[in-house]
Amino acid sequence: MPNVMIRAKNNGKLLFYIAKKDQEDEIESVETDTEEAWGGVVNLTDGSQYYIDPISPKPKFPTTLRFKRV
Amino acid sequence: MSVMTHEETEALIQEVLEVYPETAKADRAKHLTANDQEVEQSKKCITSNRKSLPGVMTVRGCAYAGSKGVVWGPIKDMIHISHGPVGCGQYSRAGRRNYYVGSTGINTFGTMNFTSDFQEKDIVFGGDKKLEQMIMEMNQLFPLNKGITVQSECPIGLIGDDIEAVSKRTAKELEKPVVPVRCEGFRGVSQSLGHHIANDAIRDWILDARDNDNSFESTPYDVTIIGDYNIGGDAWASRTLLEEMGLRVIAQWSGDGTLAEMENTPKAKLNLLHCYRSMNYISRHMEEKYGVPWMEYNFFGPTKIADSLREIAGFFDDKIKAGAERVIEKYQAEYEAVIAKYRPRLEGKKVMLYVGGLRPRHIIGAYEDLGMEVVGTGYEFAHNDDYDRTIKEMGNATLIYDDVTGYEFEEFVKRIKPDLIGSGIKEKYIFQKMGIPFRQMHSWDYSGPYHGYDGFAIFARDMDMTLNNPCWNKIKAPWLQAEESETATAAAA
Repeated sequence: MPNVMIRAKNNGKLLFYIAKKDQEDEIESVETDTEEAWGGVVNLTDGSQYYIDPISPKPKFPTTLRFKRV
Repeated sequence: MSVMTHEETEALIQEVLEVYPETAKADRAKHLTANDQEVEQSKKCITSNRKSLPGVMTVRGCAYAGSKGVVWGPIKDMIHISHGPVGCGQYSRAGRRNYYVGSTGINTFGTMNFTSDFQEKDIVFGGDKKLEQMIMEMNQLFPLNKGITVQSECPIGLIGDDIEAVSKRTAKELEKPVVPVRCEGFRGVSQSLGHHIANDAIRDWILDARDNDNSFESTPYDVTIIGDYNIGGDAWASRTLLEEMGLRVIAQWSGDGTLAEMENTPKAKLNLLHCYRSMNYISRHMEEKYGVPWMEYNFFGPTKIADSLREIAGFFDDKIKAGAERVIEKYQAEYEAVIAKYRPRLEGKKVMLYVGGLRPRHIIGAYEDLGMEVVGTGYEFAHNDDYDRTIKEMGNATLIYDDVTGYEFEEFVKRIKPDLIGSGIKEKYIFQKMGIPFRQMHSWDYSGPYHGYDGFAIFARDMDMTLNNPCWNKIKAPWLQAEESETATAAAA
């Protein structure tokens, strides 16, 4: 269950950063992404998947969240 | 040697690794690669931030070096205690040329060495009492200090001293921040973890000190310079450019920096990050907690400076954007003259770099401005994200090496035959004796600054001075030179 910092990149995409692993990847898609809720299965550009219970309302980025590996 | 192909570089790596035993070979092979710009993620081609192998020569430092030497040390108006035996502090004293303004020993303490000088009895009975007594005494002798940090050396962690308790107690008594930093040298694999620990200590003990204090009047144009250690005055050369374009620099971390500047940093509008490796942690934290965005910039060489100035201006209004263009235009004649003078003398020369932090990728642009080509680069203590950023900067099939060993570096140099090597003092004399021009790229060989337009002129001059120095023709004894030309004529006839 890594702690992940998510921040908005200049190109509008979200950056998925795991400090412990120095991993920086863009988020390709999020299962639920509405004004009311954000979360579910998150697909990264490198092909890996992470899961977080949907948070409502949608959190403000940057923020640190705890994900599960799928 | 002309430019190598991908296969040739791979073959070279294999050949150099040949002498190692099987396991060492397998391990080292992961740290060496031929660059491929197609690769998006460096972890697919290079492993980094791993423990160095026992038995090889590495130039890495320790966590204490990363905290005391890099992040905390240059904060000039605080006293940094090297807590533990005397050597760590003494042998690193004033080694890094972090320039600062102030009267040393009165209101600034940058080049001084404070140590608790552990003896046997302190190891056996604990050094907390000594530390407390020392902090009190120091405050009496140097009353203008703004705060104190306790930089732990290895024994502190080993014997389990409670420096946090001492710090809290003395901070209360002195009404000054006393910061315990758990940067014992045995932590982590290199100085990189020391940077992280130091960043976390700043976050926990310093950064929120003025959260409810609004006496500092901020403007919409406040920026900070983070991760510029003012080697030979680098941060000053950068600062003037930012101020000329209309920004107000409210803090310099850590070169020529003060405690008050650090405490005011959350009030900035943008954090400008020069050394990503050592300060990204605190920048990310400030973005999350205070909403201060950060960006990496590169002030080496006119091309990169212009790019960075425009990118910085992109965060602000049209006034600053116009300011950036004005600054670029103002210095254009100056840097074009520098390029016109030195480029013909340096064109086409090949460079190999092996440094730490940001330089293996940031300096590439400056060399390219002078028509030189970087054919190999590597970091002492980088992580994946550094190599992600490096792959794009380097040409295809160039050599990338992580935590390169003394043997490997020498062999690479023998085969690639670069015209110039940029690395540190530990490599300098080996390569100079091999007859290869060398510049120290940690300390700028006691020259500098190299940042900014002013720095570029000095950089170009220094590279020319080193590369085209007549001494390189005198490496071979005259009688040996004569013999060589004789055999050459004999072979020709």
